[in-house]
Amino acid sequence: MAMRVLVGCKRVIDYAVKIRVKPDKTGVVTEGVKHSLNPFDEIAVEEAVRLKEKKLASEVIAVSCGPPPCQETLRTALAMGVDRGIHVEIGGKDYETLQPIHVSKILAKLAQEEKVDLIILGKQAIDDDANQTAQMTAAVLDWPQGVFASKIEKMDGTLKIQREVDGGVEYVEAKLPAVISSDLRLNEPRYATLPNIMKAKKKQIAKKSISDLGVDITPRVEVLTVEDPPVREAGAKVESVEELLTKLKDLGRI
Amino acid sequence: MNSISAMSKLFMNALPRRTLQFPGVKLQAFVRQCSTYYPIDDTMFGLTDEQQQLRQTVFQFAQKELSPFAQDIDKNNSFPQMKEFWKKLGDLGLMGVTVPAEDGGLGSGYLEHCIIVEELSRASPGISLSYGAHSNLCVNQIARNGNKEQKKKYLPKLISGEHIGALAMSEAGSGSDVVSMKLKAEKKGDYYILNGNKFWITNGSVADVLFVYAKTNPKAEKQQHGISAFIIEKDMPGFSVAQTLDKLGMRGSPTVELVFEDCKVPAENLVKEVNKGVYVLMNGLDYERLVLAAGPVGIMQACCDVTFDYVHQRKQFGKRIGEFQLIQGKLADMYTTLNACRSYLYSTARAVDKGHISSKDCAGVILYCAEKATQMALDAIQCLGGNGYINDYPTGRLLRDAKLYEIGAGTSEIRRLIIGRALNSEYS
Repeated sequence: MAMRVLVGCKRVIDYAVKIRVKPDKTGVVTEGVKHSLNPFDEIAVEEAVRLKEKKLASEVIAVSCGPPPCQETLRTALAMGVDRGIHVEIGGKDYETLQPIHVSKILAKLAQEEKVDLIILGKQAIDDDANQTAQMTAAVLDWPQGVFASKIEKMDGTLKIQREVDGGVEYVEAKLPAVISSDLRLNEPRYATLPNIMKAKKKQIAKKSISDLGVDITPRVEVLTVEDPPVREAGAKVESVEELLTKLKDLGRI
Repeated sequence: MNSISAMSKLFMNALPRRTLQFPGVKLQAFVRQCSTYYPIDDTMFGLTDEQQQLRQTVFQFAQKELSPFAQDIDKNNSFPQMKEFWKKLGDLGLMGVTVPAEDGGLGSGYLEHCIIVEELSRASPGISLSYGAHSNLCVNQIARNGNKEQKKKYLPKLISGEHIGALAMSEAGSGSDVVSMKLKAEKKGDYYILNGNKFWITNGSVADVLFVYAKTNPKAEKQQHGISAFIIEKDMPGFSVAQTLDKLGMRGSPTVELVFEDCKVPAENLVKEVNKGVYVLMNGLDYERLVLAAGPVGIMQACCDVTFDYVHQRKQFGKRIGEFQLIQGKLADMYTTLNACRSYLYSTARAVDKGHISSKDCAGVILYCAEKATQMALDAIQCLGGNGYINDYPTGRLLRDAKLYEIGAGTSEIRRLIIGRALNSEYS
């Protein structure tokens, strides 16, 4: 039986942009900064689209939570081959404090509404690097999880998931419905072709609000301060091993 | 837009796609190339969401699949992966942008086509030129002028990228004075027999299909009324490539001399009516000038990409050189010129997409963009100083490539002549 697949599409600051911390240290500068689809989510989208192309998936739905520009992010996914999008509109203060716990509840709710068999998410977003949403979503739904997948094979009613772990490869099997998170090497995402970009324009993006979903998004975490990482100081060359040891001892490192 | 903070920094040339900032991924050897990108404010230029997405796609594709080879393409004057690259462009749907959907194209506009040429040119001006010759000069001319059978026969493979296309107009003795061409086409039964040469033909040595102009009536009272257009296949008997020309710039985009020795061309390959080729030619030139004007805009963008970053890295007298007023002035001029050129380009393209074809503006936009690109490449070299003058940096190549656009597709002199004559005629 072909699966219904839900993929997460987070809108993040583009990976190529130099990140700057706001002067008041409450976060990073996002205004006027180029955003794009989280690269790990792009891998998740690619995997879902490939499942559809192999006729293993019947429909692929992309979800993005955030302000209106998230629709552009969804368009990217639609141009790659996703069937339709759901935009959960969250703006202003609510969006600033939106955490994986909230997103996982939203995704879980949508998964039930849409009766999906599989959720594929990026293993983490490149902005907060939280690496929590997939795990939490599985927990909320009480579904099995296969995180950091580097290969997915569909068996009869189950998925065989390959994971890269320290020192080798691990295989896990998960019964459907399940939650998967994509590792970097799961696939190499395609470029959206020009005809598909144009076709994506006609695909539907449904708008939903938090109240529609009845999910509580009260903040659980308070950000105290955001600071630039310390600037790496220049190293120094030493002439000999003895000198190196002396220096390390002086620094109290050995 | 906070442009400086958005100044992009990518080292993806040496990396698998989009792996740069992923934790736990080892950076491979860092290649010093055009590794930074100055963002383009698409909203300001009024691009639609789709057009912006198109730029993103072509940008990412060109920076990954083309830019890493640009230096070698220039150095070796060859692009061995051209066939493969053409297929990829075809897969992306970029080969028949302006061809109507019923003929297998995208049915999209000239503005979209310009964006593609611009982004390819930003990565490698030479290959972008070859792309322009293929997708506009050949494909678009067949789509606009070919009959049903011709379109059916030639367009599908040209649009898929399986075939490479070219256009042959100039001859050694007929450059600006193109209607003085000598390549002769004589009707013999069901065939035309072509004899003569063509010179400076972009893609000539790699092309499968060529759009060729020849004299069908050398004795016509007005010589332009003796020209006809033909579609030639590379395997037609009597067709051959004499030599690939060694150029100053645009290296890797093969420019050749073609030889026609009793070349037998089936009569059905005549495009439109016999002796009416000059209309096909002149009309095609408007589109050609417009689309190719995106080439120098891409070069100027590349100049800004490399220069703006460099002058904010390089320190002299304890200060970033971009903060010295003389360099600041250059940056401001480069930025303004680039945006003025791009605005003129997009405005002209939008007008053409609405069916308003202004010959003097098609000539004007390439005249202006081409001359500014050469100047800007010189400024880029100046800003990079000693480094600008060595071939580890792309600035020298950008200068050599830019100069072509003051010559190819009509020289600056001819473009001024067209504009001047148009203005004169408005007062006659």
